[in-house]
Amino acid sequence: MITLAVWKFASCDGCQLSLLDCEDELLAVAGQVRIAHFLEASREVLPGPYDVSLVEGSITTAADAERIRAIRDASRVLVTLGACANAGGIQALRNSADVAEYASAVYARPDYLDTLATSTPIAAHVDVDYELHGCPIDKGQLLETITALLAGRKPNLPAHSVCFDCKRRNNVCVVVAHGEPCLGPVTRAGCGAICPAFGRGCFGCFGPAETPNGPAEADLLRAHGMSGDDIRRLYRTFTVSAFAEVAGDAS
Amino acid sequence: MRSEETPRLIGADGLGALFTALRDRGYTVVGPTLRDGAVVLAELDSAGQLPSGWSADTEAGRYRSRRREDGAVFAHCAGPVSAKTFVHPPRARLWSADRNPDGSVSAAGPDAPAKRFAFVGVHPCDIAALGVLDRVLAGGEHPDPVYTARRDGTFVVVAECTEPAATCFCTSMGTGPAATAGFDIAITELLDGGHRFLARGGSPAGTEVLAALPSVPAGAEDTAAATAAVERAAAAISRHMPDEPLPALMTASRESPRWADVASRCLTCGNCTMVCPTCFCTSTEDVTDLTGQHTEHQRHWDSCFSLDFSYLHGGPVRTSTASRYRQWMSHKLGTWQEQFGMSGCVGCGRCIAWCPAGIDITEEAAALAAARLEDAP
Ligand code: SF4
Ligand code: SF4
Ligand code: SF4
Ligand code: SF4
Repeated sequence: MITLAVWKFASCDGCQLSLLDCEDELLAVAGQVRIAHFLEASREVLPGPYDVSLVEGSITTAADAERIRAIRDASRVLVTLGACANAGGIQALRNSADVAEYASAVYARPDYLDTLATSTPIAAHVDVDYELHGCPIDKGQLLETITALLAGRKPNLPAHSVCFDCKRRNNVCVVVAHGEPCLGPVTRAGCGAICPAFGRGCFGCFGPAETPNGPAEADLLRAHGMSGDDIRRLYRTFTVSAFAEVAGDAS
Repeated sequence: MRSEETPRLIGADGLGALFTALRDRGYTVVGPTLRDGAVVLAELDSAGQLPSGWSADTEAGRYRSRRREDGAVFAHCAGPVSAKTFVHPPRARLWSADRNPDGSVSAAGPDAPAKRFAFVGVHPCDIAALGVLDRVLAGGEHPDPVYTARRDGTFVVVAECTEPAATCFCTSMGTGPAATAGFDIAITELLDGGHRFLARGGSPAGTEVLAALPSVPAGAEDTAAATAAVERAAAAISRHMPDEPLPALMTASRESPRWADVASRCLTCGNCTMVCPTCFCTSTEDVTDLTGQHTEHQRHWDSCFSLDFSYLHGGPVRTSTASRYRQWMSHKLGTWQEQFGMSGCVGCGRCIAWCPAGIDITEEAAALAAARLEDAP
């Protein structure tokens, strides 16, 4: 029996919800894992240290930056969940803008806010053992990781492009057969190529693959009708800062 | 070698009888069908699912299915799914093990399908590709049981090519557009003067199935029309490999500046190796369950375009895109010859059509050949 803790930072809760979403496997998980801290599921909170911590969300306040260090210290293995924890999430759009201006546009009393100028991934603050990508993460990858940690083996988490999985499941490529723009060639696999399976292009929620060729992908997107602005927006949907280099952004 | 027996002539409705005859003999029929805008290979229940009246226009990085009025069934090439998917599946279990309540462990071998496949309407290059896989996966000292369980006892109905795609170059590789061996039945689709098929047996099993179909002996005119249609197809093929020994070209091009050029365009997406009907590479992984009482050793298609694929002690050895593209092309056209005594490329053109970046192996080979000539003293 290992102890498991689930932590939340700046995020929408969708990734930790994936754990509750493991309906068929949830009882089996509960049978092997002592859930020590998971506020979305239970009020019961056990003290650390924890064998495995699952961390969702990005670091956006000074208090968060402190808290993640304490969590790291109390955890044997730390796994980050999703685009926010791994790349700063959508909220990292602020990284290339003026956060004070954003705050004054959105909040009646921006002076109540205590926020950092940037939204940064967990790995910018502490060491991370495994990253589960996606917005949200893939439930299969979450179970695979928990199962691997239980067995004491390395989780199977591919770093190649989405195209590999797209072809393995016999999808018809939307780029080649329909002229649809698709970020699959530069995006990390793990979702099972869901979007192309439903006839639309990948929008890159898993972030960049191991060796993405940004300029070649830009040529491809342009050839399928996207303007420079469209391309910038496509890359800025879920993992803005992770794709910055691929997209050729300075930020 | 064409069979000496008189070919038979089958009517347009004879394909239904072919499906019935194959199903009666216990085969699961795999054939072309239109799905999501492309002609793919899939398990089919009836001849009604064949892509009657559909062609495909292909170019580098482009595939478009096209409606046609004449009801042609086999006038398409280079669909994204090849027979490889069925005989060398994308994911397979090699073995599994269970811990029993008394603490002992029991193990089971690879999963074997309860199916025997009949491939209907594959093209001559696809047969050549099956021949390559036979050599690679079953021709060595240790035949792959996953492959042989699916490939042994397959039945092949090849459709000779009468309408090659713009991406085809089988004539360069000596694999088409005529069917010469490796099939049970070969059919040639004839459209002028009535939709019909010329059919000839290529094996005792094929001759037996053919005899069960409603047919008449083909007249000399039909036979001549079929030969002419295939000859027209050969003449219509527009892509070619350089006319020189390709393994020597690959060896001489090891340091060619062309690799950097293609690397600037290549996405390392792996699509070319996945659609290639002969690329056989896989990786294995252990898949355990939450209880820790059951484990499976599974393998899945992998590709020399992934970084992890060349991971050795200390790190991956093919880190640059140039080195990965060079590995793919040198293996297909060069080192495959040393390894297996044959070409790893059959000229089907799938890697050209399904490369999102439109990288064309014939164009790259031509560029390497041209660069070598420039280098020559
Ligand atoms: S649809 Fe997208 S992910 Fe799938 S093969 Fe094509 S480019 Fe790759
Ligand atoms: S290398 Fe390309 S053309 Fe040759 S067999 Fe493979 S997919 Fe077909
Ligand atoms: S070209 Fe690459 S993927 Fe294909 S068989 Fe060779 S090493 Fe394997
Ligand atoms: S050659 Fe084309 S299909 Fe192959 S990895 Fe490069 S971009 Fe992808």
